[in-house]
Amino acid sequence: MHQLWTWVFEPGFFSSAPVRVAAVTGGVAAVVSAVTGVFTVMRGQSFGGHALGDVSAAGGSGALLVGLNPLLGFVGLGIIGAGVMDTIGVRRVRGRDLATGIVLGAAIGLSALFLYLTSVSGATTGAPAQILFGSIFTITSATIPAVVILSVIAVASIAAVWRPLLLSSVSPDLAAARGVPVRLVGLLYMLALAVSVGLSSLAVGAILSTALLIGPAATALRLTRTVGWALAVACLLGAGATWLGILLAYDSYYWSAAHQGLPVSFFIVAVIFAGYLFSGFPAARAAAGRRDAAVPPPASPAHEKIAA
Amino acid sequence: MGLAEASATLPDVLQVGGVSVALGGRKILDDVSFTIGAGEFTGLIGPNGAGKTTLLRVILGLQRATAGTVAVLGQPRSRRNPSIGYVPQKVLLDSDLPMRARDLVALGMDGHRFGMPLPSRQRSEAVREMLHAVDADRFADARVGNLSGGEQQRVLIAHALISRPRLLLLDEPLANLDLRSGQEIISLLARIATSQHVAVLLSAHEMNPLLPVMDRVVYLAAGRAASGPADQVIQADVLSKLYGHHVDVLHVHGRVLVVAGTEDGEGADLTADHALEAG
Ligand SMILES: Nc1ncnc2c1ncn2[C@@H]1O[C@H](COP(=O)(O)OP(=O)(O)OP(=O)(O)O)[C@@H](O)[C@H]1O
Ligand SMILES: [Mg+2]
Repeated sequence: MHQLWTWVFEPGFFSSAPVRVAAVTGGVAAVVSAVTGVFTVMRGQSFGGHALGDVSAAGGSGALLVGLNPLLGFVGLGIIGAGVMDTIGVRRVRGRDLATGIVLGAAIGLSALFLYLTSVSGATTGAPAQILFGSIFTITSATIPAVVILSVIAVASIAAVWRPLLLSSVSPDLAAARGVPVRLVGLLYMLALAVSVGLSSLAVGAILSTALLIGPAATALRLTRTVGWALAVACLLGAGATWLGILLAYDSYYWSAAHQGLPVSFFIVAVIFAGYLFSGFPAARAAAGRRDAAVPPPASPAHEKIAA
Repeated sequence: MGLAEASATLPDVLQVGGVSVALGGRKILDDVSFTIGAGEFTGLIGPNGAGKTTLLRVILGLQRATAGTVAVLGQPRSRRNPSIGYVPQKVLLDSDLPMRARDLVALGMDGHRFGMPLPSRQRSEAVREMLHAVDADRFADARVGNLSGGEQQRVLIAHALISRPRLLLLDEPLANLDLRSGQEIISLLARIATSQHVAVLLSAHEMNPLLPVMDRVVYLAAGRAASGPADQVIQADVLSKLYGHHVDVLHVHGRVLVVAGTEDGEGADLTADHALEAG
């Protein structure tokens, strides 16, 4: 029993400070991403979410270049990017593609510049990998308060516009007819999305933030029938995948004789991807079952007579 | 105040006065005027591109009119008008939308409110009643995206009605339905119009299924409108004036057929879809 335990949790896992900080920041980022991600998937804005990840990359590498905390850059530029995308026209489906493409291109260009300048100045080694693919074990506990505050802001914004956001995600026309300020609600959602992408950039890297945003949410939407449940399942999947990824990465240090640990982001994304693949089986079965059972045939007149 | 007295002093549910709309430099609606009284069932009839959707969006306040006024219950229309319910022409409900029929109906009640809904017995009871009123009980818990077109239409009608509007706007609700489902929706709407005392304005390019239930018709063609009881509006001279060229109104096997020729005067050259769909 004890052997199994130490085999799963290699020595020092629970007492390691970097692991604890990673578990907190990663878990929080995963939950926020799951909450916004459910709406991202419902609104068909995955590509927009990815573009914000690239904006975050530019922000993070810029912050690194001038010696600021990358989180500040991730979130700061992300918010500006969200505003720009909204202005160009992220609301219309056609305009959305356009806005996404333009912002994404500009952001990657900026990242290339900033990362080049950073590597030339020689201030930090491994900066590109840290910004693009994350290095959750290097986060210091001093970052945790900022992470928590940003998370609370993002989740509270979504909760505040929950119903209007839901309705305008289903149909902007229905929402507008109910008097919902569709545009304002959409902008607020984009800002919350920028914050959540910034947080997951910190956890798994700017490029991989899309995986944390879309994966758990898409999996949850396959498995559930109401938004409430989708949200709960997405949060569990996101946090679960993050923690499992952290554990696997920690353990991977002991796998090879050379003690060469593998990147956390790889494991987190791999677990999310596996989860999505596996969810296909029950979802397909449930869909087949729904077709048979969810909509029973209308009661025959004879039945109604008997009931009456 | 007695009921008769009350309804005598009630303003019209909807007054549209001289509404014109220009889009992209083109005049879509030109001086459209009509009124709808409480509980009346009105058909908004016109060929594709006549401006039906545009007119409904003006009434809702989603589209700005270049000229004219819209008054709802005697008040100038405001942005949020709880006394209007709306079923848009195209609502694409994705099959992986995590939403049951009853959830979508509930959003009709409080979708504009901020914050998250608290579980409420009263709320779910109101939703259950509304679903029952549109015969949607048996798919109340199915995902909306998996429902058939006719079933979705019922759910959307319930969504629009649950806020107890005095006017219900439906944009081509029969467009994707087979004859039988169409008839079911029409009789459902006629029943609700009477029992809940809600005026119905329903757009369609095919008027025949509506003839038994319509109190009035608003006929749109070439951006202009004629309104009144169906038998007075669906006349060759009225519609010819509207179209701006000669139009025939044929009665075939108890159905009405509007045969609108082209402006070049080739009478035989029907504006085909309209004539065919009207038959
Ligand atoms: N935003 C717009 N810009 C320019 N023209 C427009 C715009 N919206 C609608 N139109 C034009 O206005 C006319 C009326 O459109 P509308 O959608 O109101 O017609 P409709 O009667 O609802 O047609 P259908 O039966 O096909 O639904 C069409 O010719 C359409 O091309
Ligand atoms: Mg239309």
